[in-house]
Amino acid sequence: MKPPVTRDPWAELRARTPARIALGRAGPALPTKAVLDFALDHARARDAVHAAVDWDALAGQLALPTVRVASAAPDRATYLRRPDLGRKLAEGERLRPAPQDFLLVIADGLSAAAVQAHAAPLIAALPADLRTGPVVLASQARVALGDEIGERMGARMVAVLIGERPGLSSPDSLGVYLTYEPRVGRTDAERNCISNIRPQGLGYEAAAARLTWLVREALKRRLTGVELKDQSDLGLIGPLAHRAVP
Amino acid sequence: MRLRQSLGATTWSFADLKDLMAKATPLRSGDALAGLAAGSAEEAVAARMLLADLPLKTFLDEQLIPYETDEVTRLICDSHDAGAFAPVASLTVGEFREWLLSDETDSAALAALAPGVTPEMAAAVSKVMRNQDLILAASKCRVTTAFRDTIGLPGCMAVRLQPNHPTDDLAGISASILDGLLYGAGDAVIGINPASDNLSNLGDLLRMLDDLIHRFAIPTQSCVLTHVTSTVELIEAGAPVDLVFQSVAGTQAANESFGVNLALLAEAREAALSLKRGAVGRNVMYFETGQGSALSANAHHGLDQQTAEARAYAVARAFDPLLVNTVVGFIGPEYLYDGKQIIRAGLEDHFCGKLLGAPLGCDVCYTNHAEADQDDMDSLLTLLATAGVTFIMGVPGADDVMLNYQSTSFHDALYVRRLLGLKRAPEFEAWLQGMGLTDAAGGLVPPRPGHPLLAAR
Repeated sequence: MKPPVTRDPWAELRARTPARIALGRAGPALPTKAVLDFALDHARARDAVHAAVDWDALAGQLALPTVRVASAAPDRATYLRRPDLGRKLAEGERLRPAPQDFLLVIADGLSAAAVQAHAAPLIAALPADLRTGPVVLASQARVALGDEIGERMGARMVAVLIGERPGLSSPDSLGVYLTYEPRVGRTDAERNCISNIRPQGLGYEAAAARLTWLVREALKRRLTGVELKDQSDLGLIGPLAHRAVP
Repeated sequence: MRLRQSLGATTWSFADLKDLMAKATPLRSGDALAGLAAGSAEEAVAARMLLADLPLKTFLDEQLIPYETDEVTRLICDSHDAGAFAPVASLTVGEFREWLLSDETDSAALAALAPGVTPEMAAAVSKVMRNQDLILAASKCRVTTAFRDTIGLPGCMAVRLQPNHPTDDLAGISASILDGLLYGAGDAVIGINPASDNLSNLGDLLRMLDDLIHRFAIPTQSCVLTHVTSTVELIEAGAPVDLVFQSVAGTQAANESFGVNLALLAEAREAALSLKRGAVGRNVMYFETGQGSALSANAHHGLDQQTAEARAYAVARAFDPLLVNTVVGFIGPEYLYDGKQIIRAGLEDHFCGKLLGAPLGCDVCYTNHAEADQDDMDSLLTLLATAGVTFIMGVPGADDVMLNYQSTSFHDALYVRRLLGLKRAPEFEAWLQGMGLTDAAGGLVPPRPGHPLLAAR
């Protein structure tokens, strides 16, 4: 006799969301297949955290000059335990001042896959005046590394494109963090964020439009962060208190 | 103050009370990151021994963060109830542990004590408590709150239904809500973390939740977890706001990094109260916290992360919240490295919050860059449920597809209800039964064909 598994008669709702709904149950517990599917996705996400970006390939996709820098975290294991090191440049890193209104930084963050797949197409979708070089490519980097980079280069504003924490269903989410007048010591409340950029989430064109609106507005109002609320119906922008910044 | 402990030939000395508190803390990566952790296992125990001998009232005489420079310290000092503190005023930290665990100390005694306990006292005693002590003492604490249903009654555990969607798609979110309701979850709150903080999007989410709750007369409350200033704007614009959400931390500077202060929270609470939307109670605030938030904002003042976290509960309790949620494993391995550290922190947070009189729930969770997995979450969930946790999260299949981390599922809640006989909030339990979704014992009943909730899809 087959053991009794209760099926859920709303399975067709699964088409509406990537969430794990209508899984059915064995008593109060998950059916065996759902348990093992979850274990496989977790195993893949764990493996994704430890992968590295192919920076040469990425630089090749950008039709812009690039500069490579590294954070003070020498390897992934240190990076994971020491976010302070990921927020500052490695000793001896030299960045020439290149004053500009808008500086692009691509940082690996917690998902090499996100950066590899989505950074170049997102930049390609930006208007010409925001496709500016040099683009800084930063390894073992956290969001706040953009503050030191922007300050040293004399940028009015920095946008850090960074791999977000890999999720079970989205190992390749790209985030953008925009900071006006970047300088060491900025808090996350002084940034605006666009999250979940990937074809299955927020598409390149939509993300580029939102970033463009934010940049224009930030230049006009001379700030980013909590006080720069988006009322333009573009969405996805706001303070970061409830989420984890890579 | 002389802070020295001799053990055999070695004398361990500690710079000040903060240093002693930090070194007495069971090992975790965040304190090591901050350079505050004990340098050896023996030093940690020496610190615990010294801490156990300190009079509890030391924490009234000496502030870990100065009164003059931190409004959270001012809140803690100014709201301290000396009368409530009297029964334990003569005890040391170690004796306080014994008092908490004594058979004579019952729920009434603990409830009466709460306004007399400061977060530093709670943190200090927790550092000399084992996991079983944290569980037993917390299980005796009762904190009851209410809005459209009653949360925290004896033998009950509530669930926040967390139906997040990566693009806030209304149909996707409502699919997850239906899944949760049909699994008997949602009595704590139906709470959405929005992907977008755009005000019109937030308004759409609030109206969708409000429609659903009223259409089916569900005795629960809604919340869209956005910044407190956005929620106030939404209230002013006439949006149907039940609960005001905000992340809070245990220092003024950390709260500033979240863009909030105590006055702003008070203003938001007044705005929500003015709507008079509660049916059985007036607790309108929902706070989230987590060890490491002060350090991650570089706003910890040399405090260990667990003590800073306990101070966040002093912030929370000042606003009579319906729910306070420690999102224990969310912040990442740089603060809580592995399953062992996450489990310990979850039990500490729950104990400290309850001792202070806050309705503590726990997001039993981990991220994919931490050394943890579902087995660790099963352990923490089971331990917290035995400790009387006020509520847990219910995320479809434990996988939050918007925030990219793993929490507890609707199934997990069913498991722990079955194992320990835990009930839902009584109003919600009655609603489920009335809807034909549970039997008299609270067990799930598959919905009949054409059930109104299924038809609602």
